[in-house]
Amino acid sequence: MDAGFIKEFFKRNGVGMGWFLIIAVGFWVVVLIILPQISMFDFSFRNDLPPPEIGGPKDVYTLKNYQYLIFGADGNPDGYNKTDLAVFGKTLLAAAFVTILDLVLCYPIAYYLGQSTGGGMARLFVLLLIIPYWINEILRAFAFRIIFGDSGVINEMLMVIGIIDNPIDFVRENIALYAGLGYAYILLMIFPMYNVIESLDRNQIEAARDMGASWIKIHRRIVIPYAKPGISSGCTMVFMLSAGALAAPQILGGPSSLWFTQIIYQWFNQSVNWPQGSAFAAVLLVTCIIIVLGVMRLFNVNMGDIGK
Amino acid sequence: MSEGVGVDLENVWIRFGDFVAVREANVQINGGEFFSFLGPSGCGKTTILRAVSGFLEPSDGNVLIGGNNMAGFGPNERPTALIFQNLALFPLMKVWENIAFSMEVRGASAGERRKRADELLDMIALSGQGDKLPSELSGGQKQRVAIARALCAEPDVLLLDEPLSALDLKLRQHMRSELREIQKRVGITFIYITHDQGEALTMSDSVAVMKAGIIDQIADGKSIYDDPATAFVASFVGENNVFRGKVKSVSKDSAIIETNRTGNLRARISSDNQGKLKVGDDAMMFIRPEALDISTNDTSSDTRIKARVTHSEFEGQSYHVFLEGTEGKEMKMSLINRGEDRMYERGKELYLDFDANQAVALPAGELASE
Repeated sequence: MDAGFIKEFFKRNGVGMGWFLIIAVGFWVVVLIILPQISMFDFSFRNDLPPPEIGGPKDVYTLKNYQYLIFGADGNPDGYNKTDLAVFGKTLLAAAFVTILDLVLCYPIAYYLGQSTGGGMARLFVLLLIIPYWINEILRAFAFRIIFGDSGVINEMLMVIGIIDNPIDFVRENIALYAGLGYAYILLMIFPMYNVIESLDRNQIEAARDMGASWIKIHRRIVIPYAKPGISSGCTMVFMLSAGALAAPQILGGPSSLWFTQIIYQWFNQSVNWPQGSAFAAVLLVTCIIIVLGVMRLFNVNMGDIGK
Repeated sequence: MSEGVGVDLENVWIRFGDFVAVREANVQINGGEFFSFLGPSGCGKTTILRAVSGFLEPSDGNVLIGGNNMAGFGPNERPTALIFQNLALFPLMKVWENIAFSMEVRGASAGERRKRADELLDMIALSGQGDKLPSELSGGQKQRVAIARALCAEPDVLLLDEPLSALDLKLRQHMRSELREIQKRVGITFIYITHDQGEALTMSDSVAVMKAGIIDQIADGKSIYDDPATAFVASFVGENNVFRGKVKSVSKDSAIIETNRTGNLRARISSDNQGKLKVGDDAMMFIRPEALDISTNDTSSDTRIKARVTHSEFEGQSYHVFLEGTEGKEMKMSLINRGEDRMYERGKELYLDFDANQAVALPAGELASE
C-alpha cells in the first residue's frame, strides 16, 4: 500500500467517509474479531486458576486443555475422551447434513427467483421468505418444539390421515432439531445463490435448450458451474453457523443429543472453566475452517469467488 | 449438396395479451436462401425468429420447416439452431466444449467431440484455439465460435438474431462477407434478423421489411431499395428525400405529384402500387440523395427542383449538399467526388435534376422515424 493508494482512497471517498471507513473497518476487524480470538487462544493454553493466582508462579502455558479433549481426565480407563470426541464428530456430521439439506431445498428456490423476470410473484416469494425472520430465534425454536410435539400439528395431522397410530417423537429422533436448524439458515443459503444465478444470462439456458440439452444437463453443465461461488458461500455460512449453533440444539435437541457448542457452553457457564471452554471452542473453529477450506479445494472454488 | 430446407410462415399472428407483436405474416423462405428480416427495434422481427426456433408458439397460423408443421415441437426438436444477439457462449466451458455442446447432449464421446470441434475451428479459421475460454477471444472470434457451435448441431436452418450488433463497424463489415461466405459453403438456410439495412442488403437473397408487426415488403435487396412498396420501406431503407402532395395525373406506371412546396414532380409508381394511386390521392414521392444532380438548365420541368443550399459536407468519397425545399426536413443531395469542389455556400440557389425512373411515387403512409 503506497502513498498514492491512500491518497486515491481519500480522494474517492472524501476525508470524512475515508476516515470513517478506516476506523469502522479497523475497529470491526481488530477489536471485535482478532483481539477476542487471540485472547481465546491465549486462554486455551492456560491453567484454570482462581483469580488471586493469576499472574503467579502457577500461571504457565500448558497443553492440558487440549489433552483433555482428546484423552479425557488423567487416569481415564478408555484411553480417549470418547464422550466429547463423539459429540464433536456428531456435531460436525449433523452440521454437514443440515448444510446439504439446505442446499437441496434452496437451490431450486434460488434458481426460480434468480431466473424469474422479477415480477410480483418473485417479490412476494422473497417477502414470504424474509418475514418469518422478524420473529426471534428462540421463539421460532420453541414454535418448532410445539409443532413437532406429541400433540403438535404434524403428529395430529398424520394421525387424522391415519398414516400413524401413535405420535412420533420428533424431538427424540432429532428431526425437530434438523428441521429447526435447516429452517434457521435457509436465507443464508438462498441469497448468495440467488445473487449469482440472477446474473446468469438467460440466453445461455435457451441456447442449451436449443441444442437439445435436458434440464438436468442444463443445470449440471451451465447453471451449477456458474452458481458455484454462491453455492460455496451459502454452504460455508450454513455449515459454520450450524456447527456453532447453541439455541436450536438447546431447545430442539433430544435428551440424548448433545451439541458440541453445548459442551463449550457448560465449560464456560456451569464449570466456569474458561481455559477448558476456550480450548474446545478453538478446536471447533479450527476444524470447521479446515473442513471448509478442504471442501473448497475439492470443488475448485477460490476464496475470492466467495465474496462475489 | 441437397436443396436445403425451406421455412414457411402461414398467416402467423403472435399476440402478447392485447399487444399484437406479429400480424398476419406470410413468408416463404426457400431452402438454402439467406433471408433477412429488417426493421426497427420492437417491430416483431425477433418474435418471428423465436416462433421459428420454437421458443414461442404463434397465437394463430403455422410455422412450417421443410414442409412439416412445427406446432407443438420445442426448440430442441426443430432442425434449427439459434445464434443469440449476445452469442450466449458458455463462459465456463472451453471453446471446443462450447462448439461441441450439442454433441455432448447427444452423448458423443469426448474424442468424437474434440475431433468435430477441431474441424469446425479450422473452418472458422481459429485452429488451435479450442482450449481457450471464450473470454480470451476477441469479439469477432467469439462471433465465429457462436457460428461454429450452431453449425455443429448440423441444423437445416440457422437463425441469427442480430449477431453482429455488438461488434465495431470495421469488424461488422468484415463479418458480413464472412457470414455470407459460410452460408454459401454450408448451403443451409439462414434467417437473419437485423435493424441494419446495410447488413440486410449486402448479405441477403431476400429481405422482409417489417414495421410494427407487419411485413411491408418481401423482395431482393435491389427491389427493396429501388422499388419500395410503402412509404415506410422507402424511408427506412437507405436515405431518402420525401415530398408530400396529391396525385395530379396518373398513368400505368408513372404519376405527376403536385407537391406542397416544390411544384409538380414526375415519378415512377412502384411496382406493388401500380393501379392503386388515383388522381387526388394523398401521395408521397421519394428521391434518393444520389439520384439528384446539379442541373445546367434553369427552366422549370417536372423532373427539376429549385432549392437553396443550407450547408455542404465533405465525406471523402462524396459531397453531401443540404438544401431547403421539402417540408420540415432538409433535402439531401449526394455527389460523388470526382475532383471538382462541390462545397456550395449557404444561400446559393441550385437547380437539381433527377430521372423520373429513379423517383418513386407511393401512397401517403407512415414514415420511419429517425
